[in-house]
Amino acid sequence: MKWIRQRLDKMKEPFSKGKKYEKFAPAINALDTFLFVPNHTTQRGAHVRDAVDLKRVMITVVIALIPALIFGTWNAGYQYLSQIQDQVGFWEAIGEGSIKVVPMILVSYIVGLGIEFAFAIFRGHEVNEGYLVTGLLIPMIMPVDIPLWMVALSVAFAVLIGKEAFGGTGMNILNPALTARAFAFFAYPTYMSGNTVWVHNAYQVDGVSGETILGKLAAGTDVPYNTMDMFSGLIPGSIAETSTVCILAGALLLIFSKVGSWRIIVSGFLGAAFMAFIFNLLGGSYPNNDLMNFPWYNHLVIGGLAFGIVFMATDPVSAAQTFKGKWIYGFLIGLFAVMIRIFNPAYPEGIMLAILLMNVFAPTIDHYVIEGNIKKRKKRVKAQVKTAV
Amino acid sequence: MSKDIKVKKGLNLRFKGEAEQTLVEAPKSKTFAIKPPDFHGVVPKLVLREGAKVQAGEIIFYSKYNDTVKFSSPVSGTIKEVLRGAKRRVLEIIIEADAVNSYKEFGVMNVDNSDADTVKARVFESGCGAFIKQRPYDILADPDDAPKAIYVSAYNSAPLAANAEFILQDQKEDFQEGLKALKKLTAGKVYVAVNGKSSKLKDLQGVEILNVSGPHPAGNVGVHVQETEPMNMGDRVWVVGPEDVAIIGRLFLTGRYDAKRTIAVVGADAKDRKYFKTYLGANVTDLVGEVNESETRIISGDVLTGLKLSNHQYVGFYDNTVSVIPEGNNYRMFGWLPFTYNNIHSMSKTSLSWMFPNKKYDVNTNLNGEERALVVTGEMEEVMPLDVYPMQLLKACMTGNIEKMENLGIYEVIPEDFALIDYVNTSKVEAQEIIRLGLDLMITEVG
Repeated sequence: MKWIRQRLDKMKEPFSKGKKYEKFAPAINALDTFLFVPNHTTQRGAHVRDAVDLKRVMITVVIALIPALIFGTWNAGYQYLSQIQDQVGFWEAIGEGSIKVVPMILVSYIVGLGIEFAFAIFRGHEVNEGYLVTGLLIPMIMPVDIPLWMVALSVAFAVLIGKEAFGGTGMNILNPALTARAFAFFAYPTYMSGNTVWVHNAYQVDGVSGETILGKLAAGTDVPYNTMDMFSGLIPGSIAETSTVCILAGALLLIFSKVGSWRIIVSGFLGAAFMAFIFNLLGGSYPNNDLMNFPWYNHLVIGGLAFGIVFMATDPVSAAQTFKGKWIYGFLIGLFAVMIRIFNPAYPEGIMLAILLMNVFAPTIDHYVIEGNIKKRKKRVKAQVKTAV
Repeated sequence: MSKDIKVKKGLNLRFKGEAEQTLVEAPKSKTFAIKPPDFHGVVPKLVLREGAKVQAGEIIFYSKYNDTVKFSSPVSGTIKEVLRGAKRRVLEIIIEADAVNSYKEFGVMNVDNSDADTVKARVFESGCGAFIKQRPYDILADPDDAPKAIYVSAYNSAPLAANAEFILQDQKEDFQEGLKALKKLTAGKVYVAVNGKSSKLKDLQGVEILNVSGPHPAGNVGVHVQETEPMNMGDRVWVVGPEDVAIIGRLFLTGRYDAKRTIAVVGADAKDRKYFKTYLGANVTDLVGEVNESETRIISGDVLTGLKLSNHQYVGFYDNTVSVIPEGNNYRMFGWLPFTYNNIHSMSKTSLSWMFPNKKYDVNTNLNGEERALVVTGEMEEVMPLDVYPMQLLKACMTGNIEKMENLGIYEVIPEDFALIDYVNTSKVEAQEIIRLGLDLMITEVG
């Protein structure tokens, strides 16, 4: 360890103040702090500090994503191979999936971190760790066959317009990962929706069908999966959103470590269940609407709903910030997600738009929650003036 | 009369290095100092020059903008040096102490038979006014104000901090007399907060006892104000430290400004962890010995709100604690991995330290990360018992939005209320400093 430290210190020398590469210090610092928690001591304020830092929080989210990512990689291979051959081995499916998924992750990190580093150097601040999570989320919510250059373009759009334009990490209004997906969705709709994009090669090979459950429901065709398939995730979909089991495993880690807000996760599922249940009740009058009559508990386990609520809605920067606000914010996300699913045939899945919509309204929700606190204060002053008179 | 206050939000930090409860006479310092920067916002106007002889209780300087606020010498002796910093700002007035203290005689005064103005005049002419701080803003009290109430906290809940009741045990009469005097300074009540579980001060007369329980910051006056008479715009309350009340009491009982100070030396790197009896402004090296400053940090005050000292510097005016802890200027490989390095305390559940709630932790001054943008929400609220939105208030202070600061409750907070937020926040934002700057802005803009 000492040896590595000494090498690093030597490497860092030309980047120190007054030296040749001073401007590029944020880049080398980012690498250094990735290996070592720095030796900085408190200079102002409290003399002792908690062991937690932003890097630790972000890595916890990455760990929470791993079950869904591994399953997604396997499922990407399995959905394809199971339609062209009888038997699919575990490693065979993982291998097939990795060929598609790994390059997407690489592209996402290289492009995104490249922009982040450039902005850190340009603005003279340290590199924030937020992109460690965003960079992994983006490929996980894309269809498996999307061309890599589209991934790169979506990432660039999300980081530049979605984040840096607002002032960087902590200032963005919209969730960057969903901004990337929304960009791809509206810019390249043929690659992002329809019935041929969800399984590898589905548009080339005739024997391979690749429609999602939501797509089938919207089109009124039969759904060949049972609730258990949907829950475990053996269904076509964006790479890592299919397995509710793996997502819940991640959710448990987020809730346990308090990194993700349990209020948003619980209220999100409550909102979706509530809306779906209402539609179930109304469904009797519209027997031809398959989506309305789809049981409410199945609504919770299909599509990107679970993934969105657990990993995207809980993004603390774009979510509501007050405890009460989080309940309202989460509930409305679930509610709108199901409503968009059922009412808007152009968008089979509604979670992306529901979260982006509520991202925009989160500050308004907080405003009214905080207004309650302010009113209490003003009332006190009024009461005091009255007694004084 | 008494009232129970149960604090729910907060955090009790358990660190190694508590002081054992034995009181010893400190080796008498050769020099003492009074440090004008301890009095926020005061510009000192010196009365005495270098070389002048001074008695304990004699005025050394007063506030340039309010000449009724005076500051007197804690010991008798000779003014050895007036240490100045940048722009000739006075940093320390160092007094070489006599072997035996001689006092300026103010004369014994019976508080019960005296009227409020006489008591007030005596408190401020003797320099005891320096012990009285004002909320909002955490600055010295203005003698012309009529405070709504006066608060004394005899319960120090900060990590490793001195036990106020232990300090007061042989000064209880002085303390009671001081409280009587304070009662004369306000038309309202005098509140004394005590440890609700184990206090022996519950029989104090003429005051409202607050039985406080719960985690830190339960002992902070901000919490007591909120639970008794919440601050509104324009309100003034005064705050006095427990041992300072005893000094005021002695002023009336003996007619002398007898600025005895009991200091608890705490922290893992302190050699002799005891309570030392000395005088205000003692030389810290006489208490803790000389340390290697690159390995050890001396803090005047507790580890959350104190001020860093070098060898041979002087203990702060209001401090009853000197903390000596190791510097944390070392690297930790992959220290950011969750669930590793569990020997460092963390409130966050990304560490396993929550599994040992009664363990006492080693603690050093490592920042454990670097400053980042504010990302994580909800963690500040968990340690903030005051009815404010801490993150929103911090952001209002950062942007200098005065209307918002007012609306969000800037009058109800002082920097020490944000000390735990300094400690817990993931982004390593300097919350106390931001609040201090916000309060200074309020002073210049609103007053």
